Amino acid sequence: MHEWALAEAIISSVSEIAGKEGLVEIREVKIKVGELQQVELDVLKFALSKLKTGRIKNAEFVIEAVEAKLKCRFCGQEWSLSKNKLDAESMEAIHFVPETAYAYIKCPRCGSPDFEILEGRGIWIESIKGVK
Amino acid sequence: MADPRIAIINKRLEKVKRVIAVSSGKGGVGKSLVASTLALILSKENYDVGLFDADFTSPSTHLILGVKEIKIEEGRGIVPAKVHGLKYMSIVAFSREKVLPLRGAEVSNALIELFSTTLWGDLDFLIIDMPPGISDATLDIIRLVRKIEFLVVSTPSVLAFKTVEKLLSLLRELKVPVSGVVENMKMKEESFLMQKVEEADVNFLGEIPFDPEIENTLGDVNALFKTDFARKLAEIASKIISPSV
Repeated sequence: MHEWALAEAIISSVSEIAGKEGLVEIREVKIKVGELQQVELDVLKFALSKLKTGRIKNAEFVIEAVEAKLKCRFCGQEWSLSKNKLDAESMEAIHFVPETAYAYIKCPRCGSPDFEILEGRGIWIESIKGVK
Repeated sequence: MADPRIAIINKRLEKVKRVIAVSSGKGGVGKSLVASTLALILSKENYDVGLFDADFTSPSTHLILGVKEIKIEEGRGIVPAKVHGLKYMSIVAFSREKVLPLRGAEVSNALIELFSTTLWGDLDFLIIDMPPGISDATLDIIRLVRKIEFLVVSTPSVLAFKTVEKLLSLLRELKVPVSGVVENMKMKEESFLMQKVEEADVNFLGEIPFDPEIENTLGDVNALFKTDFARKLAEIASKIISPSV
């Protein structure tokens, strides 16, 4: 599953940040997961629980889902992803590479493919709490 | 706070011995053809080779290789397709033949996504077909891929070389290794480009004459191998394999 690759990336990044900040034990990691990437949160949580070792092993991963909000650069329309009717193949492509949304999604008002993803694209580490 | 994908990129590439970005100052110099054919030549020499088409808005390596469908698999990440013995990745696997209009920041995001999730495994060479110029993708690859080296393609045109000069200057400033410059589409006897490259203290790897037959080979790798283009590039490839030759 692609979620495992994302989980590995999170673990690597948390380790790196912990090293830089001199944290010996990580207690909590807050992660934002954008709707656009359609990550299966249960799979991501399971992968994180299996991959966490060393100073991360006791960390709690707090995952917040963020709704995808899009804004047309041409006419200014703002909309949420649910407005666009996408087939399974297009959804899968966007899951792997969210930027392929620009091939499948158009502004619901003017039809332009030139839009901005205001929020809810992919995965982001929001904060890390730990012990020095 | 942090984009978690960045930290994993060099781990994804740790079993790749050499990562070669085939680049150019401007478009239309045959960069994708050099990248694709070089990958095939190295594979034919029994090296394990990957080809990554990083030209997201104008991908063309699938057309050169005659790939009708790019069959990636999902493991603990994305397993590249197998094409003519190469591990192959292109945005076309996801965007298909649809128009993919991307701004610079979006190119960066897609590039980071694919570098952080593609499982290249063991490779002797990963050849990257870069978008032309020195915008986001070039800067990101230099920033993110520790073992990157550049192979620069130019035509003998002054216009092409003027843009290559800027690319070489950027690479020098950023201390990025350059395997050398390939002169493509040479149409007459002259040494303008070789002289300029050597003056810039960069390795001139060789010249490839303009080959009018090449257009007829697109999509047919067996025909591509029989061209003068491929024969000349094979000589250049031997210098890339063993830089001292």
